[in-house]
Amino acid sequence: MNVLVEVKGLTKAFNGFKLAVDDISFEMYEGEILGLIGPNGAGKTTTLQMLLGLTTPTAGEIRIFGLDIGSAREEILRQVNFSSSYISLPFSLTVEENLTVFSRLYNVKEHKKRIRELLSIFEILDIKDTPTRRLSSGQITRVCLCKALLNNPRILFLDEPTASLDPDIADKTRTLLRAIKKERGLSILYTSHNMKEMEEMCDRLIFMDKGRIIAAGDPESIMKKFGGRSLEEVFIKIARPGQ
Amino acid sequence: MSARSQRILAYTIRHLYLYKRSLPRLMEVFYWPVLDLLVWGFVTVYLSRQGGDLPQFVTFFIGALILWDMLFRSQQGISVSFLEDVWSRNLLNIFVSPLSATEYIFSLLLLSIIKLILTSTVMITLAWFLYQFNIFVMGFSLIPLVANLIVMGWAVGIVTTALILRFGQEAEVLAWGVALLFQPVSAVFYPVAVLPWFLRVIANYIPAAHVFEGMRVVFTTGAFPTKEIVWAAGLNVVYIALSVLFFYWNFKVVKEKGLLAKVGE
Repeated sequence: MNVLVEVKGLTKAFNGFKLAVDDISFEMYEGEILGLIGPNGAGKTTTLQMLLGLTTPTAGEIRIFGLDIGSAREEILRQVNFSSSYISLPFSLTVEENLTVFSRLYNVKEHKKRIRELLSIFEILDIKDTPTRRLSSGQITRVCLCKALLNNPRILFLDEPTASLDPDIADKTRTLLRAIKKERGLSILYTSHNMKEMEEMCDRLIFMDKGRIIAAGDPESIMKKFGGRSLEEVFIKIARPGQ
Repeated sequence: MSARSQRILAYTIRHLYLYKRSLPRLMEVFYWPVLDLLVWGFVTVYLSRQGGDLPQFVTFFIGALILWDMLFRSQQGISVSFLEDVWSRNLLNIFVSPLSATEYIFSLLLLSIIKLILTSTVMITLAWFLYQFNIFVMGFSLIPLVANLIVMGWAVGIVTTALILRFGQEAEVLAWGVALLFQPVSAVFYPVAVLPWFLRVIANYIPAAHVFEGMRVVFTTGAFPTKEIVWAAGLNVVYIALSVLFFYWNFKVVKEKGLLAKVGE
């Protein structure tokens, strides 16, 4: 399998001493869903931000498609995308206007057709002319996912994508992401605190704690390693080491 | 169209869409400038009728009011546009897109020019109808004077944006207050000569002070204010270069400190 993301000795220290990410190395392969899990403060978000070029690493190397994120930022970002339930889109713009702006930012050809296609896939074509401020949080999340797929990314970075969705839409979204992954060989880097979701979605997991990788592998091997019947049990074991 | 221009245009369009249906955004462009022109314009007319012995009292005041607004709007065109993305939690979407920091600045500059044209058109037209004031009597001098005000507004706007990026929404108040900080030493409504000596020293280093001195030269003598324009342009070249460097330096610090994702929280 092709290596799309290569991380070597990645370290981030804030204010010179506080280690948020401590010398981690991993690879991400084409067509896989790789999950980043760990308790709050484990370093997942910082890692994700460094992969997206939002935070500068203190040490180490990030290569995406064989290119260095520091020097080939534009070329890399044209081929990836990001969505998070913690960010939104301009409230006064309609869904279609917002997606048009991002289509142009990503230089999407035939963007009107692409927007309609994605809105149909996410079953929100009927709200295309609605200003974003009138949407429910679940609808905004789905519009953000449409935005994240506009440029047909090779890698999708998803930070808790289903956090604000009801169980029905969350399930539909997961099914859809898996279908897109299968159909187009899309690679997804996924973070979530929903352990059941991570178990269901991810081909491979990286378990982080206190800035370090403490386990990596498929969900079953991680459960086996820590002697848990579910990822949630493993998570609690790690989060409460004394109990 | 190159990919770079396409991205600059895309980000500009993102802001222009706002004006289609957002009343508060339209107010920002039209309401406050018009209100300023009405209130201060009529105050000026009243004072001039009270027998003030300053010739062209209305001309000086209305002209200064319109020109000052150009500086203010060009600064706001940058900092408030940036804040729009902070308020709507959209900043991360922008910075994980291929839009570079340089393209981002260019989009903001383009936006500020568009907003300025809209606002100034309204103010200039209204000043003509209400006070029979025609700013174009300044002739060719108007172009370099306005250009210098716009560039100074940009420099202030870029510095303000960099500070908000660095210190978060706590620094938001700067977007409205910083330009006004320069107003007393810009000698907008009075000559630099009336300032106390220490403020006169500061005014020497403020491009807008030279612009407004130049404006008064044009209104009183009709001559082209070469000295004032050269001074203002020279200072602006230095300030705009420093402001851009300051922005890049801050952007680097913000990325090192991992603050980019936190702006707007």
